[in-house]
Amino acid sequence: MKNSLKLLTLFITLLLFSCGGNDKKDEPSYGKKEPVKKEIKEPASKRIDLNNKGVGPVTSIDLGLVVDQDMAAHGKEVYDKMCTACHKAEKKFIGPSPKGILQRRSPEWVMNMILNPEQMVKEDQLAKDLLMEFNGSPMANQNLTREEARAVLEYFRTL
Amino acid sequence: MNKIGKYLLGISALIFMTNCGNNNNNSNSGAMSSSKAEKVYVAPGEHDEYYGFMSGGYSGNLTVYGLPSGRMLKEIPVFSQFPTSGYGYSEETKPMLNTSFGFVPWGDSHHPDISQTKGELDGRWIFINENNTPRIARISLETFETEEIIELPNSAGNHASSFVTENTEYIVAGTRFAVPNPQRDMPINEMKGQFKGPLSFVSIADNGRMNLEFQLNMPGFNYDLAHPGRNKSHGWFFFTSYNTEEANTLMEVNASQNDKDYIAAVNWKKVVEYVKNGGGEKVAGTYAHNVYDEKTHTAISTMKEGVISINPKDVEGAVFYIPIPKSPHGCDVDPSGKYIIGSGKLSRDLSVYSFDKMLTAIENKDFVDDAYGIPVLSYENTLAGTVAAAGLGPLHTEFDGKGNAYTTFFISSEVVKWKLGTWEILDRQKTFYSVGHLMIPGGNSRKPFGKYMVALNKITKDRYLPTGPELEHSAQLYDISGDKMELLSDFPTHGEPHYAAGIRADIIKEKSKKYYELSENEHPYAAKSESEATVTRNGNEVHISMTMIRSHFSPDNIEGVKVGDKVYLHMTNLEQDFDVPHGFSIIGANTSEILVMPGQTKTIIWEPKREGVWPFYCTDFCSALHQEMQGYIRVSGANSNTPIKFTLDDE
Repeated sequence: MKNSLKLLTLFITLLLFSCGGNDKKDEPSYGKKEPVKKEIKEPASKRIDLNNKGVGPVTSIDLGLVVDQDMAAHGKEVYDKMCTACHKAEKKFIGPSPKGILQRRSPEWVMNMILNPEQMVKEDQLAKDLLMEFNGSPMANQNLTREEARAVLEYFRTL
Repeated sequence: MNKIGKYLLGISALIFMTNCGNNNNNSNSGAMSSSKAEKVYVAPGEHDEYYGFMSGGYSGNLTVYGLPSGRMLKEIPVFSQFPTSGYGYSEETKPMLNTSFGFVPWGDSHHPDISQTKGELDGRWIFINENNTPRIARISLETFETEEIIELPNSAGNHASSFVTENTEYIVAGTRFAVPNPQRDMPINEMKGQFKGPLSFVSIADNGRMNLEFQLNMPGFNYDLAHPGRNKSHGWFFFTSYNTEEANTLMEVNASQNDKDYIAAVNWKKVVEYVKNGGGEKVAGTYAHNVYDEKTHTAISTMKEGVISINPKDVEGAVFYIPIPKSPHGCDVDPSGKYIIGSGKLSRDLSVYSFDKMLTAIENKDFVDDAYGIPVLSYENTLAGTVAAAGLGPLHTEFDGKGNAYTTFFISSEVVKWKLGTWEILDRQKTFYSVGHLMIPGGNSRKPFGKYMVALNKITKDRYLPTGPELEHSAQLYDISGDKMELLSDFPTHGEPHYAAGIRADIIKEKSKKYYELSENEHPYAAKSESEATVTRNGNEVHISMTMIRSHFSPDNIEGVKVGDKVYLHMTNLEQDFDVPHGFSIIGANTSEILVMPGQTKTIIWEPKREGVWPFYCTDFCSALHQEMQGYIRVSGANSNTPIKFTLDDE
């Protein structure tokens, strides 16, 4: 019994000590950010990857040499109705701006992101990184038809 | 381990094995049949084989279950306010609960019935009646939402409802509490001969719209249950009645005096023809007809006036009474339409009538009496047979499509299986406890599915963990595919499930709507994109058209609202995907939250009472940023000049 008591005392002491140890550590106060470790990784939105076609129904798209203006106009209509709650051309909003998107992404990737966002954010590394960069805000599936998504893509060429 | 230990272990292993052996021997099922557990087990992620729609009774609603698992899938609000979705609280759905008595927040739902084509369940709609303020509702089986409610004037206690004819031509409503018709101030004890029991016939159009066509102004007995003829008896309707004594007090004694009451047999096709030829008389009767529009997402209540009333004596050969012993309750017609089963609830026997014999008796004018001018047919000459001494207190009968009938017995608490034609009893199984209705999916149609039967019990007692004095009712699922009924499982039901309807899941599940098309939204205050979001003031009314998407509102900062304003919050969910509702609530609102489906617009009213900056938020967890889905409305003093301003991200 005496031995057990001694052991218990030792145990409690150790426990207290380990707790105390944590307290002594210099914690940054609220609002102050810990200095970022300089392993600079370009944000996913800035990354350029023109070979990645993403995951989804679209495997190959031929963009015409010149922009199809009628299709782009239709695309703008669809975009204004279905996408502007989260995407704005002139700024980063809930999601990234589509401006210049085709300089960073393949047309197939863009269409798959529109048509198949649930699978994209699970299986495509770039889409996964974007989800984290944009605070875990999901890309909503707005159930566009393939034709509507293609028109939105054409509109993006005009931005 | 010592020797004794080994010895003991050996003994216990032996006992254990013997026990297992005994259990196997006691089981009813053969070695090859699957266990009861396997029969009700639906693996995670898999779907049930049947939908079961259970009446919610005094909850006023309808609950949807999966069978055989007994998992509850949804509660559909019908006659009662439902804060979970805002039904009956939102501006769009408040008109659904309007009646000639004004807004009634509650109802007593009873008997669901699924629409039919050629006598088979077609899965377009499910109907359900309300007993207290007589009404019938139609629920879409695409949206699982209540689309229409029609009130029945001049009636009281709509119990003998809502049963549909075999091509969904008509649905009926009865009067269980005889009343003066028209209603008037008169001494209660002069009821006899003065009160009436109108039976209402409501037509169903191809798009589902209900129309009150006429009322048969029957003598003032209590019309309790009904079933349409089907197959060969299509064109007739049968209603049980009790209290042919026309007692007005201490009914449990005074309404049980006569040895026999009546089944009313109504040739509705003849009555329809009579009305078409100008028969009947338009009498007073005010009733609400409430229709929900899926495009405007809004219900409109119309108050209608007048109904065609028909004196049953005036339609030659259309209305007859058949005597039935001991205060009948259930009235059921077999899939062939040859037999009408009447259950005298104070009897031990079931009376089964022959439709053919009934026609012959009518043809031969084989009448034994008349009741207020309505011919009473001979009991003996219309009877096909009796199921004798089957149990105590027969109530309701359903069919399996294989020539068998299943009848519930309330007092002896059992379901009895018997054979149509021979009236021989084949099996009986206990229920727990005091079964009311039973339901076999499709069991009141020409083509029952005949695999499962659900007993809907009135009393629960010890079947589940106790939950204080109030218990949910208990249902039992039986496998009826074999010769004997096999009890598989218990599951609780919500409210009081008076009746239920079931259908094979594949008939409706592919049609089930996933979301509303935003492009088809015709709500006058819909904001179909963030650019359409607005705040407008009209006197002290402020209309805010706000959008919702994962996970923000637009606008989410609003100023210029004043104390004393009536603020309409019109919320449009911009999502176009399956299962992404957003909720909305604001501090101090004297109403419920609203749950807005993708593509839908819903409105609640908020009347701010104090100055301040008041938060609102999304109530339905919608994404990882759900907690951030919130906003503020600034409320200024009644006489302030704060201008209207609405922004999202300061734009």
